[in-house]
Amino acid sequence: MPLTAPARTRHLSYGGRVNVEVTPLPGIGVRKDFALRTGQRIGVINHRDGAIELIISRADDPDACVASIPLTVDESATLGNLLGAPQLVAQLTEEHKDLPGIQTKQLPIEDNSPYDGRTLGDTQMRTRTSVSVVAVMRAGQVHPSPGPDYTFTSGDLLVAVGTSEGLGAAAKVLKNG
Amino acid sequence: MEADNTALSLIQLGAVFFSLGVLGRLAQRVGMSPIPLYLLGGLAFGNGGVIELGNIEEFTHLAAEIGVVLLLLMLGLEYTATELFTGLQRSWLAGLVDIVLNATPGAALALLLGWGPTAAFVMGGITYISSSGIIAKILNDLGRTGNRETPVVLSILVFEDLVMAAYLPTLTAVLGGISLLAGLRAVGISLFVVTVVLVVAMRYGRYVSAVLFSEDREIFLLKLLGSALLVAGVAAAMQVSAAVGAFLLGIAIAGPAARSATRVLEPLRDLFAAIFFVVFGLNTDPRDIPPVLAFAVVLAVVTTITKVATGWWAARRQGIGPLGRARAGASLIARGEFSIIIAGLAVSAGAVEARLAALATTYVLIMAALGPIAARVVEPAVRAIRGTPAPKPAQ
Repeated sequence: MPLTAPARTRHLSYGGRVNVEVTPLPGIGVRKDFALRTGQRIGVINHRDGAIELIISRADDPDACVASIPLTVDESATLGNLLGAPQLVAQLTEEHKDLPGIQTKQLPIEDNSPYDGRTLGDTQMRTRTSVSVVAVMRAGQVHPSPGPDYTFTSGDLLVAVGTSEGLGAAAKVLKNG
Repeated sequence: MEADNTALSLIQLGAVFFSLGVLGRLAQRVGMSPIPLYLLGGLAFGNGGVIELGNIEEFTHLAAEIGVVLLLLMLGLEYTATELFTGLQRSWLAGLVDIVLNATPGAALALLLGWGPTAAFVMGGITYISSSGIIAKILNDLGRTGNRETPVVLSILVFEDLVMAAYLPTLTAVLGGISLLAGLRAVGISLFVVTVVLVVAMRYGRYVSAVLFSEDREIFLLKLLGSALLVAGVAAAMQVSAAVGAFLLGIAIAGPAARSATRVLEPLRDLFAAIFFVVFGLNTDPRDIPPVLAFAVVLAVVTTITKVATGWWAARRQGIGPLGRARAGASLIARGEFSIIIAGLAVSAGAVEARLAALATTYVLIMAALGPIAARVVEPAVRAIRGTPAPKPAQ
């Protein structure tokens, strides 16, 4: 049996653009990474005990790592939001570019927000600001079209669509109640 | 005087553990494996050493056996049966190269010294098997878990550990000095048992885990240790070797049970394994070392080169660059617990040269100390040779 790389690793494809290599690490867990345009590799190691490590390879030696950073569940979720939300906003902005006056913006539920632990319905967002919440980013995952009983927790990123005044008002609502 | 004896035993045992603790701290300071220092500790305490310990022999003998069982049980816990099978599929060729390159020097030296075929079989095993424990620690300490050559290193280790599951029962049969036919039958039976257990572990491992698992630490520990010693004892009675029995049990335990088993057993393993290394050192007469020192050094040099070659070759097949190949090779150099387990079996069976114990101790002393150092310095060394500057440290 040939021992070429495809035989040892599984490839996952995201949107046909990036090939993620999935390599088992016996006794440790699984490594998932992909090559950047620069030739560097970036990815994660999912340890068997549930720990997650962010790995980035060296520029001059893509086999070795310049950094392996252990992340807690909260940290990796936050990182996922930071990386994923602008992407979603950019995509929605692109889709709304034919409708002048409509903007897309991400609005965070901060630690001291009065809506931490309360529902979307409680905010009366549409009645008060005419803004629609089209998605919520939580733990690196997109929750599309949240209903009125969707409960927020701090760290959520709301993707909201509306006029620029409406969005400004919505940000104040989420911050001050 | 029974009470006086007990008091003396406690004092001796306490002194041994305390000095091992001090030695372990020293090892940690300089960033090396504690195994060579434990062996040195054993040499110092034992026959012909600085202090002789007579009273605790019975206890340490049994404790050393438990140490071997726990070492192998914990090794088995690290892998699932599926991982072992896919590992075998992926790395069999590299694994075979590993056997040929690294068992040959040890076996050849034993034959050259006129120690006979049994000793050659033992020495081959000693120089072949890398130390999973030391190497796992090296990869972790040097932050190499995410490196591309690391799966290559790990799959070679998995292959070696599987080879041990066949080698140790065979060794037990060979050391037993039984006739060729009976020996072959014993080996056949043990290989059959090993295969059956592996298949059962793969299919029904979760039932084994379910029977053993308990939320309560104390109950879990007792059930775990009890079953490990039972399985090891039965395996030994069937000539399959106690260590392999424990290894197979470890493989059968999977999932959350395996993870909490690792946590529960770790301190016990550290304690009993330390005794195991000390006892092996105790049984070696330090006066035997100078005559075999030169041979041990030659063997160390040769098998360092052959291990590096194995890692280099295996990594190159996976398309890893020269630096990664060198890292893979250097990571594999360390020999440790397994070599001592093999030597220990041979010496306690009394079927080999007395000098073999001294040679094995010296060899493992060198290789266990050299392995982590080599893994650390290989990168700057290769960069210096190739004339490439060291990378700037991460901001």
